[in-house]
Amino acid sequence: MKNSLLKDDTDRVDGIDKVTGKAKYFAEYQLPGITYGVLVPSTITKGTITGIDSKAAERAPGVLAVVSHLNRPEVKGYEASNTKPVPNGTLKIFYTDKIAFNGQPVAMVVADTYERAVYAAALVKVSYNKEIHATDFDENISKAKPPRNPSSAFYVRGEAEAYKNSAVTIEQEYILPTETHNPMELHGMLAHWDTENRVTVYAKTQGVKATQNTISSTFMIPMENVQVNSEFVGGGFGMALRTWPVEIAVVMAAKKVKRPVKLVITRDQMFTLVGHRPHAWQKIGLGADQDGVLKGITHHAIGQTSSYEDFTENIVNMTKFMYKSPNVNTSYKILPLDVGTPIWMRGPGEATGAFALESAMDEMAHALKMDPIAFRLKNYAETDPEKNRPFSSKYVDEAYKLGADKLGWSKRKNEPRQNKEGQWLVGYGMSTGVFSAGRGKATVRGVWYADGRLLLQSASSDIGPGTGTGMVQVAHGVLGVPVNKITFELGDSSLPPAPSQGGSATMSTVGSAVHDACTALKNNLAELAANSGMSVTDPIAEILKKNNLPSIEVTKESSPGNDQSKYSMYSFSIHFVEVKVHELTGVVKVSKIVSVGDSGKIVSPKTARSQMVGGAVGGIGMALTEESVIDHRYGKFINNNFADYHVPVNADVPDIDVIFINKPDPYTNPMGAKGMGEIALIGFSAAVANAVFNATGKRIRTLPITPDKILS
Amino acid sequence: MADKKTNNCPEKDSRRDFLKQSTLYTALALTPVTVLKAADKKVDERFAALFEKIPLTLNVNGSKHALSIEPRVTLLDLLREELQLTGTKKGCDHGQCGACTVHVDGVRVNSCLSLAVMNEGKSITTIEGLATGDTLHPMQAAFIKHDGFQCGYCTPGQIMSAVACVREGHAKSKADIREYMSGNICRCGAYPNIVDAIEEVQKSGGTV
Repeated sequence: MKNSLLKDDTDRVDGIDKVTGKAKYFAEYQLPGITYGVLVPSTITKGTITGIDSKAAERAPGVLAVVSHLNRPEVKGYEASNTKPVPNGTLKIFYTDKIAFNGQPVAMVVADTYERAVYAAALVKVSYNKEIHATDFDENISKAKPPRNPSSAFYVRGEAEAYKNSAVTIEQEYILPTETHNPMELHGMLAHWDTENRVTVYAKTQGVKATQNTISSTFMIPMENVQVNSEFVGGGFGMALRTWPVEIAVVMAAKKVKRPVKLVITRDQMFTLVGHRPHAWQKIGLGADQDGVLKGITHHAIGQTSSYEDFTENIVNMTKFMYKSPNVNTSYKILPLDVGTPIWMRGPGEATGAFALESAMDEMAHALKMDPIAFRLKNYAETDPEKNRPFSSKYVDEAYKLGADKLGWSKRKNEPRQNKEGQWLVGYGMSTGVFSAGRGKATVRGVWYADGRLLLQSASSDIGPGTGTGMVQVAHGVLGVPVNKITFELGDSSLPPAPSQGGSATMSTVGSAVHDACTALKNNLAELAANSGMSVTDPIAEILKKNNLPSIEVTKESSPGNDQSKYSMYSFSIHFVEVKVHELTGVVKVSKIVSVGDSGKIVSPKTARSQMVGGAVGGIGMALTEESVIDHRYGKFINNNFADYHVPVNADVPDIDVIFINKPDPYTNPMGAKGMGEIALIGFSAAVANAVFNATGKRIRTLPITPDKILS
Repeated sequence: MADKKTNNCPEKDSRRDFLKQSTLYTALALTPVTVLKAADKKVDERFAALFEKIPLTLNVNGSKHALSIEPRVTLLDLLREELQLTGTKKGCDHGQCGACTVHVDGVRVNSCLSLAVMNEGKSITTIEGLATGDTLHPMQAAFIKHDGFQCGYCTPGQIMSAVACVREGHAKSKADIREYMSGNICRCGAYPNIVDAIEEVQKSGGTV
């Protein structure tokens, strides 16, 4: 690899397409005879459909079909799965008369124009038999149960609940409300059956192979008969990690009308049909001696799920290994409610857990009258206390120092309410984030042409981080081919397989396969050169000409080795913030941010920095404004739009300093890189809560930190 | 599904009932063709569709378009579905996100909130009309240089808004830029980079 990669400021390979409007997202492909789907959502939250009067809709101009459970085409996977869970455990759309959540699609109107479909959908009259629903988390919390597959969430090291016996104890509850991913691109799908048995879809997906697999198993057609295209994806943040029932509905409708059907759901449907970060309750107990040595940590969590599916996430993971307490116990339960199934949202459960743990750490530091960084360093885990093995790399201590210096941590007073600028109370806070630095299996095809061009292909995805840009730089690092001569193709299910883009694993997984494929190409070229009495330093054109070859080609599968079982592999982030809190109004402004990434070698500095910046911006929303509110009388989201669900806008965001440790991890992958999509966000909300406490003396344990909570 | 050809049930729609019950001649004399079409299902649908549409002349990115469209079509849907100018994005359909921002006679507008027919004779500039041939507009180049995007979906709206922001004189400080760019949401969180890009274009002093 090249040295000093941080000096490289390679632009995004798809930058020109994105700034000129040429980049095509799923809804922007024009197919002959295209038709438009519009959903009819359930207006009740639980019960059964007693009738669907679609006569008026069917007679409306341009309407081709009103698809519902009464007339849907055969879906073999749904029938076959009657005795076992449906494919991926998901809701079978248009299958029965049962309603499981408010907004569940009851029918889809398909018409020849979008406007005609919208109009006709309004003419569909649905009658229901309503049942009593349960959407209120607090009211139903006693119904929480262990997940069917409790995995490692129930954990004890040493003695359970040992914190209670310590000299200094903290015991607090923390609440995270439901949040909605809300990528800017609306979800949906464009589907067309090329033949009775072969379908092409344009999807918004974080995994073209996963979408291919779900459609294949649902319609019981061979994998190769499902072509999934998803070159550009307008953000995902986790919501496109599964193939949602509405996507199956589009494939179904296209089968019924025998024409291409395009569905783009509405912004309010983004709150109900494509998952959310689930509402979660947590209780943390910390016990320490007077010197600040942690003696016990207890972390209990309950996360919401749907009535028809067990959704789980790793809320309590970080607690097990972040600090070296001899006694740690964790538990995790799920609470089924009458809502759609949640899905992992950036930094999934870890972001929820880090809010609680890192808030509690700050509370304990305050109780001990210690600096929060000093307290963390006192309990620093040099090795992984959960698995009793070394970390593959960990520079968190260095990261604390770098971040503190950059922010001006020395201005912070340990007692709150000590800094003031006019009517604004000023506070400083920090927190730690961590996420598994996983690596999976991927295959890359590489073709190196005589004219020097390099083509790389893998069925990976790019929801925004800059997959292609990163892969091109990995290849450049191995072969030295100029980046503008390298093309990385992704987002096409017919390419060599790669896993879905999630869990911050794309660089490690697909990057390794690119690295291996390029290494193989390099070796092949060296062999050809040697066989023809040439040197590998000779131009590729001449080496190939001598061997009568137009190009050389490899297809390389790449898997992680044994190191994953010998070392604990994690990416870490440290977030520092300065906040200003208005004394009279309770308004909180994040005025400075320093985020430090301990994520191995930085392969693509420009896009890596942007990802850290983006995580911090998401963190501002999580900390200060984001909350999807249900009116429990109706079981319906009431702030399901951008005017009422506040994501950060430009004016909410200060300049953001990003620092990378940028030291290669010796074990994660050949690049020495670790992922950073999740850590960019994980822990950020706790840094804000801690800073708000430092500014005001008020500890807010229920997100978001809105003015009413500060003033109450 | 009901068969359209054999279904002769009377319409239940109250407006249609009203029309049928009114004095036929008065109705014929006063009712536009479009409504008459709705009252009489026997009118051939393809024929009727012609009358539902109304003529519209637009100048889009320097090209004149003589169109015939339904009055309920938004400018955004016209651009994306009829003219295949898909650079303009749909993010909310409520004027809350800015992804659909275009220039109408030089002013930035949320095209999802504008019915196409309201723009008769106006000049529309979309992201596709910003560059000159292969030469990027300075704002487009600055967005690439400062990495003012990730997924790219809000980007055309951000850039159209950014160009207008500079032209309006609302880009003279970072604070101004942040305020006057707050109608364009970027969920990937590229805001600081967007501010840097706009500031650079503003400071370069060139024509935007």
